[in-house]
Amino acid sequence: MESLVYTALFAPLIGSLFAALFGMKPKTLWTGVVTSLLLFVSFVASVLLLQHVMAVGPVHATLMDWIVAGDMRIPFGFNVDQVTAVMMVVVTLVSTVVHVYSNGYMEHDKGFNRFFSYLSAFVFSMLVLVMSDNFLGLFIGWEGVGVCSWLLIGFWYHKEDVTRDINPSISPSWAANEAFIMNRIADLGMLVGIFLIYWNVGSLQYDTVFAAVPQMSHTLLVAIGIFLFIGAMGKSAQFPLHTWLADAMEGPTPVSALIHAATMVTAGVYLVIRAYPLYSTIPEVGYFIALLGTFVAIFAASMALVNRDLKRIIAYSTLSQLGYMFAAAGLGAYWVALFHLAAHAFFKALLFLGAGNVMHAMNDELDIFKMGGLKKVMRWTYLYMGVASLALCGIWPLAGFYSKDTILEVAFNEHTYGIWFVLWLTAGLTAFYSFRLVFLTFWSDERYKKYGFHPHEVQKYVLWAMAPLGILAVIFGWWKEEFMEFVTGLLPAYEVSEHTHHMVPILIAVTSAIAIGGIVVAYVLYHKRLRRNPKIEASLPYRILSNQYYIPILYEKAISKPYAELSDIAWKEIDMQVVDATVDGIAKLVEESGDESRKMQTGNLSDYLKWMAAGAIILAVLAVVAVVKS
Amino acid sequence: MIGLSHYLILAALLFSIGLVGVIRRKNLLMLFFATEIMLNAANVAFAAISSYYHDLSGQMFAFFIIAVAASEVAVGLGLLILLYKKYGTLDLDNFTMLKG
Repeated sequence: MESLVYTALFAPLIGSLFAALFGMKPKTLWTGVVTSLLLFVSFVASVLLLQHVMAVGPVHATLMDWIVAGDMRIPFGFNVDQVTAVMMVVVTLVSTVVHVYSNGYMEHDKGFNRFFSYLSAFVFSMLVLVMSDNFLGLFIGWEGVGVCSWLLIGFWYHKEDVTRDINPSISPSWAANEAFIMNRIADLGMLVGIFLIYWNVGSLQYDTVFAAVPQMSHTLLVAIGIFLFIGAMGKSAQFPLHTWLADAMEGPTPVSALIHAATMVTAGVYLVIRAYPLYSTIPEVGYFIALLGTFVAIFAASMALVNRDLKRIIAYSTLSQLGYMFAAAGLGAYWVALFHLAAHAFFKALLFLGAGNVMHAMNDELDIFKMGGLKKVMRWTYLYMGVASLALCGIWPLAGFYSKDTILEVAFNEHTYGIWFVLWLTAGLTAFYSFRLVFLTFWSDERYKKYGFHPHEVQKYVLWAMAPLGILAVIFGWWKEEFMEFVTGLLPAYEVSEHTHHMVPILIAVTSAIAIGGIVVAYVLYHKRLRRNPKIEASLPYRILSNQYYIPILYEKAISKPYAELSDIAWKEIDMQVVDATVDGIAKLVEESGDESRKMQTGNLSDYLKWMAAGAIILAVLAVVAVVKS
Repeated sequence: MIGLSHYLILAALLFSIGLVGVIRRKNLLMLFFATEIMLNAANVAFAAISSYYHDLSGQMFAFFIIAVAASEVAVGLGLLILLYKKYGTLDLDNFTMLKG
């Protein structure tokens, strides 16, 4: 079984290194093919591992000792248990699809080989993250996905910076740096959490740490829980570190599908699920997580309501769904969070890949106000995106229905009716903005003709590659019971009370009603033509929403600008005047004294002899003084 | 009565004369003479102290110095002749090729 673990883990790395060999070369088709095949190998190994875990139990493999210093011993160990197996299958499946898809999407890109190298490296890092059996390995994967995300968001780094009015993300390299720096801020919190664990437990292995949880003081647990969650907030783009996710849409669309929807951004949720023995002992932190998640859910959904950018709308919906996951995990329903994570990965990746098809057809145009009527020319893409949107809205019997409804049941069962209400409301908003997107893109009048676009459907194999996601977006929810049974082998089972049990049909009805209501509103407004109301668009709430609550501008004014000024002072005043001046002074002293003493070198033996005599006399005097003193 | 200190003073005087010669003279040949004087100053001191302590090792050392000085002069004078043939002078102020 160990060989399967290593196969699943290292196949993407080999693919990445292979593609990297040709990174600077023009496009070679086989780099795409080889990396996709290796990803498929990894996927097969993951599925076999999942079966093995199902039948026999967790697999543990230790590759080698990594850090051994004094009492500290950290191995490169990998543990494949129920949660990891689920994550591995989700990650490798979506990655394989995205790899195949990218063969078509990046067809004409100069950086084709480089792209595949980065993409496979990302999958490897993500697998390290989910498979590690200790916090440090998790952190390495955590940073690895961060770097790959940075590389891929900034993939088209040559694009110039523009102002916010033209492009809210400014430029790919700006967005990449923003994502990286935001994550760095959060990672500091996570590192502090890891240090706290090591200081108090003396180990970073999950099993040792979680076994030590009952002996630790409550304050300490709260501190660790909060610090680890700060790390999770960065990676999963929770408020107030959320701005990078929407800007990350500057990257190529397959990247948005894989990294910024299906896998990397769920790493924070994974961390909370993984550390459930810790979080279940500190329900107050859990409650805070749930509150924050709920807030982000509606906060992000509200911004998606008015956005015109195809990818940004989907990005906000990702943010919103991450909020749902955190709400579930925070309320103690860890398996529900994992279930929604997996379901969301499938339909959201599908939605993004569909958006990629639309972009491809529309010459990279993202404004949905300029589209419309595309279902005639892009039948399959329309079908995929329609299914994915229905799943996202939680319409029976698609995947999102099962996972999202369960989260709402949990919120109801915990008597946190406020959370339930907000999440319920968000479900309606989700339905509205999802179908606003679908209707404005695929239905209504064909506005694109006015702008001179000639949309066309993408290649056949690309559509075929998306099929697994399409099927899973439909049927994944049907396995809810099996899924629960499987993962509760590790995670705590979450039982709803008798009362909630009776309420379930009503809850489902209410939730489905608001979801369908949202779709109906979108239908009425947009199915025929684009309706715009200048009065509403000029109103304050609309402007607040379309400017993302002015948060990016606030961050720039309140944090980035002062920080840049402070850095300027530190550079010009402290670094140049003090640090550099000291170093330069020492160098200057040496140089000048050398320049002066160079004059001793007259080349005349007589002068040298004089110096020698003087030296000898000084030495003799010193010797005499020493003798006399002693 | 001539005692140890007289010898040592003589040696010191000789050494100083040699040292001044080394520093002041410009002719390389004169420099050689000056070095010889210094070496012999050391020899005088060795011999005197050796006799004072009734220890022969000092005198043995003096012999060594004489032998070394003889060979040094042999090699050094050879070099001086070559130098003179090449440049036609032994004045130190003319040899400043290593000026920094």
